[in-house]
Amino acid sequence: MLSISQGLFYFLSFISVLFALMVILAKNPVHSVIYLIVTFFCISGHYFMLNAQFLGIVNIIVYAGAIMVLFLFVIMFLNLNHETEPKTPILAKIAGAICGGMLLLLVVAIFNDTQLIYAQNPNNQIGLIKNLGLVLFKDYLFPFEIVSILFLAAMVGAVLLAKKDDKTKQSDII
Amino acid sequence: MDFITLIDKSVLIVIIFAVSLVTAMYSTYGERKIAAFFQDRLGPTNAGPWGLLQPLADGGKLFMKEEIIPDQANKALFILGPSIAMLTACMTSAVIPWGKDLYFFDHNIVLQVADVNIGLLYVFGVVSLGVYGALIGGWASNNKFSLMGAIRAASQNISYELAMGLSIISIIMLTGSLSLRDIVEQQAGFNWNIWYQPLAFLIFFVCALAETNRAPFDLPECETELVGGYHTEYSSMKLGFYLFAEYINMFISAAVISALFFGGYNFPFMNSIGLSSNAIALLGVGFFFIKILFFIFLFMWVRWTIPRFRYDQLMKLGWEILIPLSIVNIIITGLVILIKEGSLF
Repeated sequence: MLSISQGLFYFLSFISVLFALMVILAKNPVHSVIYLIVTFFCISGHYFMLNAQFLGIVNIIVYAGAIMVLFLFVIMFLNLNHETEPKTPILAKIAGAICGGMLLLLVVAIFNDTQLIYAQNPNNQIGLIKNLGLVLFKDYLFPFEIVSILFLAAMVGAVLLAKKDDKTKQSDII
Repeated sequence: MDFITLIDKSVLIVIIFAVSLVTAMYSTYGERKIAAFFQDRLGPTNAGPWGLLQPLADGGKLFMKEEIIPDQANKALFILGPSIAMLTACMTSAVIPWGKDLYFFDHNIVLQVADVNIGLLYVFGVVSLGVYGALIGGWASNNKFSLMGAIRAASQNISYELAMGLSIISIIMLTGSLSLRDIVEQQAGFNWNIWYQPLAFLIFFVCALAETNRAPFDLPECETELVGGYHTEYSSMKLGFYLFAEYINMFISAAVISALFFGGYNFPFMNSIGLSSNAIALLGVGFFFIKILFFIFLFMWVRWTIPRFRYDQLMKLGWEILIPLSIVNIIITGLVILIKEGSLF
């Protein structure tokens, strides 16, 4: 007999795998993005079940709320249709099939050697925002700051790339 | 959770839904009357006394209208758009504390649906999802004006979410909690956050205007450039949902602003007037609603006073003024907290 949380776990896992499959099986890229959003919600559900509320809600805010909006944004601009879709050569199809088959073999081999365990949080208070903040800013302060610098560098780089384009255009006009 | 709590919560959810829908409904009436006042007109007068039945007439009209789905539109997403807009508008109210606890017959009634310790982040999560309604609906319409409106809505919401989140950090630093209940409880009496964080309030208010697509930030539905923006192709109750979601969002953001900066259900001298705790709780709910109505009025006042921004001005305000200002606010707040603790030097 399954407990409620176990039942929820299997239900959420089923939905997340289902929608993750729909992402790659959907013909329309906009539908794919929407399925991906649902998948993120399911993953957040898993976080909530492990009592990692902060991680769950940040996953929704950052991935479902911001990054997926940008994905949709770009896809809407690209105007992907069946007519404009490039034809894939037969060689690429064969190569894809072989790679996919090998990946499948690998996954099957991995699953053959692992035992399935029900995911459980060793300490169900660790995911609360207070504990997470203390861990991040006390025990792992240095890596945390390094990651921030990495993000800052990425942002500055993105702005620089965008600006550069603008400047060349202006010099062309002049 | 026992059975009685379950009933409590269900009744509370129904009441909150009803109240937010009715408030949103009469906000449309208020908006017409206030617009009329600002433009020296009378506004609606014919439906019922002082035109009080006008929202019902409008609703009835929207229901009766012919339902049109464009031939080239993506039908599933076309229907999904307004549904998401309405869903996200109604979701935020779950974490707002509407009043102090009530005690009846040894039974404690909590006037909040869910007191989660990430309440504020939940609000931001729902706000960040709200943009999908406009984005998906605008794209699915297969109309260039709708698409332009949708793109504007998305970029505007993402830009102002950043400043909104940063402006709130100083409040979190003061209270040390993300639970809206804790934040409101710490502002007991007249000890409101607005006295400590006026700049954060100003930034948050401007961002709230932008997030609810209200003038002067209503560029996604700018009728002089884009016909109707993302809802150009919508008709009947689907259009109604989009318009109605805006008013519900306005109600909810007024509630969040009052809870964060204006003490929520707290009012001056609440502990010294000597009433029973139930009476104070009920009075608090009343004061909370007065604050909410005031902010709804402020939203409308701004709409009928300030002309619409140009798009580059909107982006400049968001990225180059509000975000740096809120970062400065965070630094100053941090310094003041450290000096008060005496641990700076």
